Amino acid sequence: MTQLIDKPPAKELPNEQLIELLRKMMLIRRFETKAAEMYAKQKIAGFLHLYNGEEAVAVGAISALNDDDQLLTHYRDHGHALARGVEPGRIMAELFGKETGVSGGRGGSMHLFDTEKSFMGGYAIVCGHLPLACGLALANQRLKNGRIVICFFGDGAVNEGEFHESLNLAAVWKLPVIFMCENNFYGMGTDIRRVSAVIEIYKRAAAYAMPSKQVDGMNVLEMYGETLKAAERVRAGEGPSFLEAICFRYRGHSMADPEAYRDRGQTERWRELDPIITFRKTLTEDGVIDEGAFQTLEAEVEDIVNEAVRFAEESPVPQLEELYTHVYKEDS
Amino acid sequence: MAEMSFRGALRLTLQEELQADENVILMGEDIGAYGGSYSVTKGLFDEFGPERVMDTPISESVVVGAGIGAAMGGLRPIVELMTINFSLLALDQIVNNAAKLSYMSAGQIHVPMVIRMASGAGSQLSSQHSQSLEGWYAHIPGIKVVVPYTPRDARGLLKTAFNEQNPVIFIEHTALYARKGEVPDEDYAIPFGQAEVMREGADVTLIGYSGSVYQTLGAADILEEAGREADVINLRTLRPLDVDTIVASVRKTHRAVVIEDDWKFGGFAGEIAAIIMEEAFDDLDGPVARVCGADVPMPYAKALEQSALPNPQQIADAALALF
Ligand SMILES: Cc1ncc(C[n+]2csc(CCOP(=O)(O)OP(=O)(O)O)c2C)c(N)n1
Ligand SMILES: [Mg+2]
Repeated sequence: MTQLIDKPPAKELPNEQLIELLRKMMLIRRFETKAAEMYAKQKIAGFLHLYNGEEAVAVGAISALNDDDQLLTHYRDHGHALARGVEPGRIMAELFGKETGVSGGRGGSMHLFDTEKSFMGGYAIVCGHLPLACGLALANQRLKNGRIVICFFGDGAVNEGEFHESLNLAAVWKLPVIFMCENNFYGMGTDIRRVSAVIEIYKRAAAYAMPSKQVDGMNVLEMYGETLKAAERVRAGEGPSFLEAICFRYRGHSMADPEAYRDRGQTERWRELDPIITFRKTLTEDGVIDEGAFQTLEAEVEDIVNEAVRFAEESPVPQLEELYTHVYKEDS
Repeated sequence: MAEMSFRGALRLTLQEELQADENVILMGEDIGAYGGSYSVTKGLFDEFGPERVMDTPISESVVVGAGIGAAMGGLRPIVELMTINFSLLALDQIVNNAAKLSYMSAGQIHVPMVIRMASGAGSQLSSQHSQSLEGWYAHIPGIKVVVPYTPRDARGLLKTAFNEQNPVIFIEHTALYARKGEVPDEDYAIPFGQAEVMREGADVTLIGYSGSVYQTLGAADILEEAGREADVINLRTLRPLDVDTIVASVRKTHRAVVIEDDWKFGGFAGEIAAIIMEEAFDDLDGPVARVCGADVPMPYAKALEQSALPNPQQIADAALALF
């Protein structure tokens, strides 16, 4: 059974862990901005969904879990992978379609996998991974290994049948899983109010007799604290928990989205709540970091991201002879 | 050799695997307390308890998805989907997840699970309970598709399915459950991709799978009376497909008829016909014939239903037309 050795409540986080939360959010922001540049340069193809604005959700939640707790997420998955500690160079290489990418160039941006980090994948069928989260949790429950599962998905997923099937199954079987809904108010270009009868998503989970709560997805400490509480309960065998993180994506749904459906002013207002700026301010006021320390962090993430691009650039493309490899696991 | 029903052969194999490995779990609707809609899992709930033989909600998609996740997490799940008709509600999980995870993760994830389902018509259950969609599954790279005919097949192929590292769709024709046959006493497994030649003859090759092998064997009797000897091939698995056995037989007989309960248009029989054309065109004395289910949703009335399914006389006539 894995222990929560270094997971103190949010209020008791030591300075270096607070700085680590900030650093991870900055890394994601820089990585995503660089990915957009690389897409414009046509180094990256396919669909590219960026996480700018939502960094606090992944960083806060994932930092509250153990490293061997399994994580599944949707196609907007770079932030979750980085928060989990997946190698930035291997993520960028995957975006570039290189052999050295985390999925060997088979998955691309939407399908990052790193099972050694218990990062069980990014999935591109809206809501299609919630059932898998239930199954992984079932395995943990039977194997009594102390691991729990966290499953991230968007507000768009909650109107799929699989959402309801999964919540119900998790509840009746008391599965050790945290359902983490990232409510950014849009599914592609569709405002949640136009397609959801109940827009307070956490209320839907209440229908399946599990604790559910709305949390501030722009606040990394709140994300951390609430996920930690949910994780303790889930790990104790009390069944699933549901969190609805209120957040906002700054960019279009994907790089192909000109955002004709919403006005810029809305995004600008959300930027005032920016999770990195506000957390930096808090840490500065509390005397945890100063301007110099912040500059150092900026330089550090800049280096990491530049190095990731260099690694991706210099990596080989997949071998054509390998086209058929991994369709099946060959008999060993 | 013991005489055993198809259902009994499946049950015995499930029971042995549950005994052999704690991580084997069965999941499905009414497989536990009720005993399974086709009684395949009867008694297993009492023997292994509700945590090994798990009754699920009527939620095909999450049941299959949870099976996939459980396999990813180190268990060996066997999911029963009652019938192939209901498997359509789980198509997303089967096609988008089970079949893709190994490839998309570059081999980091494997899905060692078996999804069992009953299939086929013949019990006057009308259109929504009588489909034979084996060919749809066979279309998908990343999964394997097993279609046993004899009780010996059922046991030997299920054994192999248990040892697979890949998702297996295991399809059981409802007309076969009560049929009996010889099953070897010793431990054995039948590898995937090995068809069985059920009967040998030099004049025509008849190719069937699952329930349709029964009608095909009946056709061979009719042909014998007409002075023609048929090779009857029971495919046993559709993916992988035993192309060698099919082609070797056609090289010998120069004539082929493919039989299936499923619809002809866009179906698996067409795939076999195409393979024969590609691999043995010069050996053929005529076009490959197909005898398939009628292109209609299955009707309820007995006479209508029977007329929509391949019968021995039809198959024999199709074969004789090749001479
Ligand atoms: C089953 C399915 N339907 C439609 C799509 C196309 N699609 C991709 S993302 C998306 C919007 C999902 O929105 P949401 O769940 O809120 O996540 P967000 O992109 O906002 O993070 C849609 C409709 C899909 N990938 N899968
Ligand atoms: Mg959304």
